[in-house]
Amino acid sequence: MSRLVITGASILNQATADIVIDSGKIVEVAKPGAADTFGARVIDAAGLIALPGFVDLHTHLREPGREDAETVESGTRAAALGGFTCVHAMANTEPVADTAGVVEQVWRLGKEAGWCEVRPIGAVTVGLAGTHMAELGAMAASAAQVRLFSDDGKCVDDAVIMRRALEYVKAFDGAIAQHAQEPRLTEGAQMNEGVLSGTLGLRGWPAVAEEAIIARDVLLTQHVNSRLHVCHVSTAGSVELIRWAKSKGINVTAEVTPHHLLLTDELARSYDPHFKVNPPLRTQEDVLALREGLADGTIDAVATDHAPHPSEDKECEWSAAAFGMLGLETALSVVVESMVNTGLLDWAGVADRMSIRPAAIGRVRDQGGRLEVGQPAHVTLVDPHASWTVRPNELASRSRNTPYRERVLPGRVVHTIFDGKPTVIDGQTERMH
Amino acid sequence: MNKHLLSAGDLSKSDALLVLDTAAQLAQVADRPVKKLPTLRGRTVVNLFFEDSTRTRISFEAAAKRLSADVINFSAKGSSVSKGESLKDTALTLEAMGADAVVVRHGSSGAPHRLANSGWIGGSVINAGDGTHEHPTQALLDAYTLREKLANGEGDLAGKRVTIVGDVLHSRVARSNVLLLSTLGADVTLVAPPTLLPVGVETWPCKVSYDLDPVVPDSDAVMMLRVQLERMTDSYFPTAREYSRRYGLDNHRMSMLSDESIVMHPGPMNRGMEITADVADSKRSVIVEQVANGVSVRMAVLYLLLGGYSPAQPAVDEIVEGN
Repeated sequence: MSRLVITGASILNQATADIVIDSGKIVEVAKPGAADTFGARVIDAAGLIALPGFVDLHTHLREPGREDAETVESGTRAAALGGFTCVHAMANTEPVADTAGVVEQVWRLGKEAGWCEVRPIGAVTVGLAGTHMAELGAMAASAAQVRLFSDDGKCVDDAVIMRRALEYVKAFDGAIAQHAQEPRLTEGAQMNEGVLSGTLGLRGWPAVAEEAIIARDVLLTQHVNSRLHVCHVSTAGSVELIRWAKSKGINVTAEVTPHHLLLTDELARSYDPHFKVNPPLRTQEDVLALREGLADGTIDAVATDHAPHPSEDKECEWSAAAFGMLGLETALSVVVESMVNTGLLDWAGVADRMSIRPAAIGRVRDQGGRLEVGQPAHVTLVDPHASWTVRPNELASRSRNTPYRERVLPGRVVHTIFDGKPTVIDGQTERMH
Repeated sequence: MNKHLLSAGDLSKSDALLVLDTAAQLAQVADRPVKKLPTLRGRTVVNLFFEDSTRTRISFEAAAKRLSADVINFSAKGSSVSKGESLKDTALTLEAMGADAVVVRHGSSGAPHRLANSGWIGGSVINAGDGTHEHPTQALLDAYTLREKLANGEGDLAGKRVTIVGDVLHSRVARSNVLLLSTLGADVTLVAPPTLLPVGVETWPCKVSYDLDPVVPDSDAVMMLRVQLERMTDSYFPTAREYSRRYGLDNHRMSMLSDESIVMHPGPMNRGMEITADVADSKRSVIVEQVANGVSVRMAVLYLLLGGYSPAQPAVDEIVEGN
């Protein structure tokens, strides 16, 4: 039995309909009550909003190498609970995903886990070292079909290497996803450089270190007529630069993380490393500029930068702690709080920034479709009026480093359908296989 | 007073004056043949030093011992990043030993804040210098010294002009002093090359100057900060000589001071760099007195955090006179 009927869902918060799914495809979108439910599994979705399954462009699944923090299985289960049907696995694993062998391994682990599609991102340079280009072509041609390449965690700061990589990926419709961070300006950096870093005595990470790289990279991209994606944009100046680049017709896209849409550097006052992340939390002015950029489409996508770390790497002094925070299971709620409840984005906009555009950026063929007949059945059903309290111990991730501990967040993912099969029902993962 | 002393900014004006007044009374103990009070008998003070600082540690040790506390010196070099025990495990160990107060020196800004707020330990936490953040007891001893020298050892520092010169960017002493001295009403001016001033310094409760010469004649006290030579290799300034010429205190600059003005340094000094030997050893220099005052001020802090949560003076009078 593979027939599934979602009854009474409000598609993009617009028309209410029954969605009939068979063999992984949407086969019918009917008036409420009109779908034939005989012999089908029925999901009552009255009051819920149906969105295309979310696609994350920036996920650290940590496997291979740091299975104490996360595995492909645990990370993709967390993704399903967050409403994602596809995640892009970052390359900074151990070993680094800089060969066809490693990306195929991650891709296959994702298939075996079955919670969502896993699209590996390949490293730009061997070992993320920034000096020799990795075998991008081999990764592109592998079973993993890699299209995005990133040294995330490190910036491809050498202008010649960046230029060559941008040129080279044109051969297979790839893009370079840049972690924009001028390394010399950020040596030992701990938090946003500003009034607060001076007061707290923590080494500053200045906005200009991000903006200088973005400025250089959009010009390089224009020069070689390639495609650039900017990871985790965090400053108002970066939004301005990307807006300018797009106005010039430069082929650049950008993502913002949920935490940069909601949290500010003020949280560093606690010296609690759960708020330590790279790029760092910025000022309220930056947060507002990022929201505006996401609303007007300057920023194309919300991407989680889900970065699990074991508790010993966070239960310590700030400067000793690892950078990064969990994001998959809280992403939708943070977007609801920062973008929907503020009136900046409607639900069609949420679908666009969390599914349609990220799928297009990642060249993910079977994701980010509209909820129409003939499309692959990746559906996320959201209760916009629910709220929930984030409890680290209740998260599916193997790690606990959420910055939202005990925070009440609005909106909740209720059901997730991946490839025609429910992965999450009533906020609980379904037993797979 | 709060339970902890993490930042000089935690001290209200009345808190700060209470510490200074208490220190003044406790200082009398130092002049007696038996330099000991029974106040903290049976209480345990742990000096937890993740960074070498013999000066600060022995100052706290002397302070605690003069109050009859049991003192444990715990030198825990290395942190969770390198080999060695994590801050958390160290804290749990101290808690198990029943520490009433933990005096922490750590290379990481905010480490005392973490200890105080993590729930790992129940005792009071006293910041004895954390990274490039703060060193509140240094500021208290500086305020005490300023008050002794410029205000007859009484009241606040209203209108006193204090100039702090040097590597403000990396100085926990400067941060704590700006906060505390401004709370006490002093007019603080920071002098440094622009490279050694933090972003946002214009929001601090003080004035800022890139030039030392115009500021010196209008200073009641000049506090020279240690400048480490490695700042030169990081291009904060071109050469040690150029730094000394522009920001060092030598005889010529000292001669521009008014007769009553004093010269301070938190130590350890780089003689020949930020201060010449002549100046360091001159009559205006109160550097040795700063050290002596450090013990009194730290006694006062330990006393107020551990002994008397209520206003301390009557109790101190009693103790001082009753022994």
